[in-house]
Amino acid sequence: MDLIADHICHRFGTLDVLDRVSFQVASGEVVAIVGPSGCGKSTLLSILGGLLRPSAGQAQLRGAPPANSLNPLTFVFQDFALLPWCTVEANVEFPLVHTALGASERRTVVDDALRRTGLTDFCGAYPKQLSGGMRQRVGIARALAVRPAILLMDEPLSALDSQTRELLMEDFVNLLADGSMGAVYVTHNLEEAVRLADRVVVLSRRPGRVREVVTIPMTRDERGDINARGKLLALQNELWSLIREEAIDAEREVQHA
Amino acid sequence: MLDRAQQDMQRDEAKPRPVAFRGAGFNPGASRYSGWIALALVIAVWQLAGSAGWVNALFLPSPSAIVVAIYKLALSGALWQHLSWSVMRIGSGWILGTIAGVIVGFGIGLSTLARGVGITFISALFPIPKIALLPLLILWLGIGEEPKIATIALGVFFSTAISVYSGVDAVPRNLIRMAQSFNVPFHLIVRRVIWPGALPSILAGFRITASVALLLVVSAEMIGAQYGIGAFVLQAGNLMQTDQLLAGVVILSLFGLVVGKGINLLETRLLHWR
Repeated sequence: MDLIADHICHRFGTLDVLDRVSFQVASGEVVAIVGPSGCGKSTLLSILGGLLRPSAGQAQLRGAPPANSLNPLTFVFQDFALLPWCTVEANVEFPLVHTALGASERRTVVDDALRRTGLTDFCGAYPKQLSGGMRQRVGIARALAVRPAILLMDEPLSALDSQTRELLMEDFVNLLADGSMGAVYVTHNLEEAVRLADRVVVLSRRPGRVREVVTIPMTRDERGDINARGKLLALQNELWSLIREEAIDAEREVQHA
Repeated sequence: MLDRAQQDMQRDEAKPRPVAFRGAGFNPGASRYSGWIALALVIAVWQLAGSAGWVNALFLPSPSAIVVAIYKLALSGALWQHLSWSVMRIGSGWILGTIAGVIVGFGIGLSTLARGVGITFISALFPIPKIALLPLLILWLGIGEEPKIATIALGVFFSTAISVYSGVDAVPRNLIRMAQSFNVPFHLIVRRVIWPGALPSILAGFRITASVALLLVVSAEMIGAQYGIGAFVLQAGNLMQTDQLLAGVVILSLFGLVVGKGINLLETRLLHWR
């Protein structure tokens, strides 16, 4: 199943946020979206995920979702969005309660998602008892439980410390390894973008337009190799050179506002 | 002379000295027994003042006299009779007002139309002292129990509606968006996200409405009832039986404490995740 951004425009009141943004995410592909602060990355993701109606243009799906998918477009949120009154287990089960799955099937799905994210031993814990990294793992387990075709990840690591970020990045690489799941990965961290994405969509400053689409010419497995560090750094620099001037302008704009 | 003083100062500054602690205060802790000890002290002084004859027993009966009055009331059965009437009125009024308040509060919290209409009405009617409506309610509903219960229900309704819609408003929007992103249906979002998210505010509202109900039952019973703690306190006052009057006040206070404890238990049980 492909996800298509088709000339998406959005404005909040008199403020133009997105301007004719178009790109495609093919089945199993990981596309990162980067750009200066306030360029509309998260707004774009909300539109792609159907949580926000665009002012013009549209988000489209092409092709059938996987047969067993319960929620083809599934978000992983920056702030985890866990229900604080539910245990880890209940949080993961939450998106399944209204589906046609029976209790025993739900149990199997939840157990599987907890196992894949290393949360089996924490199933009875409440979110407040977990570290930031563990909370995000719960958010990922919840997303995996509905067997998504495309994960919509809104800066999923930005609230975490660098060590936890590194560990979760490895988890993402493993989860996306078999190509059964695609992702749109919004980030301001260029290292994350080149490490995870097949292509990086660079947005201009507000109103966000597609400035460039950079293809990462390596498999994700290759990027884990120590010899690839140099190439990845060069790609990061290339992306930074595309964003730098606009990031400075955006920063000035915020200061003058 | 001046040089020597300067040298002394320089030598003092060269010595290591502890950094002054500046972080004290602004962190009041809860002491388990201090409140009870303070209460016991006040009662002891009050008893002493009564026993020593420093105050006239007619104006301020001693604590022991109040305890004896409560004991006699309990033995004669009058206490239970008055208390049961008050509890029945409070219970009925509180339940009615709470049910209506929760429904309207959720309506205002979830619907644009209900919010537009509801907030205007609530803002206009909430400040009215509900007891002032009792004569009108008697005219509408007769002189039985209905106007008293309706007065309590009205008082409870407004506070409940406000606390419920404030609670609904306070539910983090990201949780609602998360549920929507999983296609969770509206009724399940209300039941599994908004209701538990609003519960802390709703329970805080219960604490307020319990006090409002107590206040209104006493006022209503003072205006037009034969039985009930309010009626009893008024009768005792008219007969200058101040020990009985204060017995009624102490019973009201104990009743309020019991209700408060009940709400504490409810909070512990329902909000254990906080």
